[in-house]
Amino acid sequence: MRTNGSTRRVGGSLLTDPQARAWLFQIVAVVAVVAFGWFLFHNTQANLAHRGINSGFGFLDNAAGFGIPQHLIDYSESDTYGRVFWVGLLNTLLVSVVGIVLATVLGFVLGVARLSPNWLIRKLATLYIETFRNIPPLLQIFFVYFAVIGPLPGPRDSLSLGDLVFVNNRGLQLPAPSAGDGFWAFWLALLLAIVLCGVLARWAKARRDATGRRFPLFWSALALLVAVPWLAALLWGSPFQWDVPQLQRFNIRGGWTVIPELVAIVVALSVYTAAFIGETVRAGIQAVSRGQTEAAASLGLRPGQLLRLVIIPQALRVIVPPLTSQYLNLAKNSSLAAAIGYPDMVSLFAGTVLNQTGQAIETMAITMSVYLAISISISLLMNAYNKRIALTER
Amino acid sequence: MTQHVFKPDLPPPPREVGLAGWLRANLFSNWLNGLLTLLGLYLVWLIVPPLLDWAIFSADWSGETRSDCGREGACWVFVQVRFGQFMYGFYPVDARWRVDATLWLALVAAAPLLVRQFRHKVRYGLAYLLVYPWLAFWLLHGGLGLQVVPTSQWGGLMLTIIIAAVGIAGALPLGILLALGRRSDMPAIRVLCVTFIEFWRGVPLITVLFMSSVMLPLFLPEGMNLDKLLRAMLMVIFFEAAYIAEVVRGGLQAIPKGQYEAAAAMGLGYWRMMGLVILPQALKLVIPGIVNTFIALFKDTSLVIIIGLFDFLNSIKRATADPAWLGMSTEGYVFAALVYWLFCFGMSRYSMHLERRLDTGHRS
Repeated sequence: MRTNGSTRRVGGSLLTDPQARAWLFQIVAVVAVVAFGWFLFHNTQANLAHRGINSGFGFLDNAAGFGIPQHLIDYSESDTYGRVFWVGLLNTLLVSVVGIVLATVLGFVLGVARLSPNWLIRKLATLYIETFRNIPPLLQIFFVYFAVIGPLPGPRDSLSLGDLVFVNNRGLQLPAPSAGDGFWAFWLALLLAIVLCGVLARWAKARRDATGRRFPLFWSALALLVAVPWLAALLWGSPFQWDVPQLQRFNIRGGWTVIPELVAIVVALSVYTAAFIGETVRAGIQAVSRGQTEAAASLGLRPGQLLRLVIIPQALRVIVPPLTSQYLNLAKNSSLAAAIGYPDMVSLFAGTVLNQTGQAIETMAITMSVYLAISISISLLMNAYNKRIALTER
Repeated sequence: MTQHVFKPDLPPPPREVGLAGWLRANLFSNWLNGLLTLLGLYLVWLIVPPLLDWAIFSADWSGETRSDCGREGACWVFVQVRFGQFMYGFYPVDARWRVDATLWLALVAAAPLLVRQFRHKVRYGLAYLLVYPWLAFWLLHGGLGLQVVPTSQWGGLMLTIIIAAVGIAGALPLGILLALGRRSDMPAIRVLCVTFIEFWRGVPLITVLFMSSVMLPLFLPEGMNLDKLLRAMLMVIFFEAAYIAEVVRGGLQAIPKGQYEAAAAMGLGYWRMMGLVILPQALKLVIPGIVNTFIALFKDTSLVIIIGLFDFLNSIKRATADPAWLGMSTEGYVFAALVYWLFCFGMSRYSMHLERRLDTGHRS
């Protein structure tokens, strides 16, 4: 808000002139910040020299020499610290992405349930939201990790779900897919089906515009998406081979092992963030005024169309900005993984690597820039999306 | 001429009123709703009876040691035996009265602020803010005749509340200043504030706390060392101030231009305009946001576990790792969750109450 006038007072001293004071104030502030920065820099130089620490990023090429329990890319102890960085980054992204997907699904269900005409469902959703959003996420992670996963039986007496999925205190064992005979045929067929759906949609719209006749687009698209890949699988063989975990005498062989730390952090963060997303969704839906629903209904839209064409587009406009900040929160909260030793960015890089190399400034700078980069890219993406769906006014 | 007499209204059909009507309207309005109700009831039946049984009916409530817990349910003996540690950490037992005194002093001294008829609230509040922190520090830390208790012995719920209180007291004014700076006419100030806010909002609190423990010693002149607790508090203040700043900015943006112009036309300078006209309105608008930030701050205090402070959560975590009480993690964390929940839920309810009380009805 521009408030101070630009008119110069006649005869006043320089100190009572608003513009001169603004300049003076800014110069003082900048000088103070620069001086403070120089003070820190000078101290750091002196301290580093005193402790004999070489600064620079050369340490990234040294061999790390420690093992990591979960790595999405190949990693061995002889790999460099640079490689450790990528392992940690990918692990952090894994938690964030899986957590965001789960929290969004659960959150939308909760938000809709809070507005349900059913009294019991409404109260249950409220109870869930009020409980979980008032408990610190770190406590929820500890609870899942130490009080739920910790007391589970060992691998020998794993709990199993139809002998396909095993749960024990070493984590979760899932069947692992690998490429089968019809692998490429399957994906090609899926691609073909998607293209066909696009063509079909254009044709249906053109026909509707021309003749006004409807075409059951949804069901035919669904049929295409299921039938074409299925046919391909029938002709060229199964696309996946499932490596099912086998319960042996002392442990479980084969399959995918999800480490307990990952299970704990994903479960706790999704449960926690879903409570907030639920409130966001509820507020968004409530922000669409009742008149909109009634007007749409009086135009003859069916309930499904009413939701899809009138309510959701308007609700999304209110939901997206706070939803973005929830996603950002989840991505930043994934750093809590460090507290239970999940090998994420913070515990690997700002923890182990820092302790081994002593390069405090470099490792912290890298870690913080990674989170800043994640934050900025999520906000840019969401801002772009927000702009696309925003209300276009006069 | 006969007067027309209306017949009395018929009573509503019995299926529309009373318990049956309510059930119909709220639980079984159509088959989908009925199905959902049954599903919900099944869920409740699945969770509530075992939970009550575990937590209350077959729990052990009294005893001294682990062996007193022979029943199926929860072992609350663990919480009872360790209660002192959960509340005060390693604070010397014979000095615990000082912590209680600090808390009671805060509550009693703040009581006049809650009385509506009390006239000198602003003056009293300022005096309180000036005097009380020194008194509290003296009581907690010692010196001047009291036994000195170093901050490394502070712990438990007391430490959590101290960090949260200092964080709130520091973050609110700093956040307001940052928000004003972000909306300032002076480009240099604006850039500085925006950089500060966006930096702190972009990084997780954990990395900041890590930084405070590994990098801050490098930044300070040789020989100078800040207390671990003080470093954590500083980081919490900066971190939450950035969030408060964004909330307050929202409030400032919502104040119509006419208010600024009217204040300027009255001859008020910048600080008086802000202090007397703009901020009282802007802050009132964003009370829910500010309290939400405070709640987040309270929950975030649990992260100081990363740099080895013994806050409430950490003292519970340590206690569950005690060999004499193995297998008590569920009880410990459930107790912790209950305490955190009470504080956070209480704060959110108080903010709703405050919002209603300060609502002047000027809504556009």
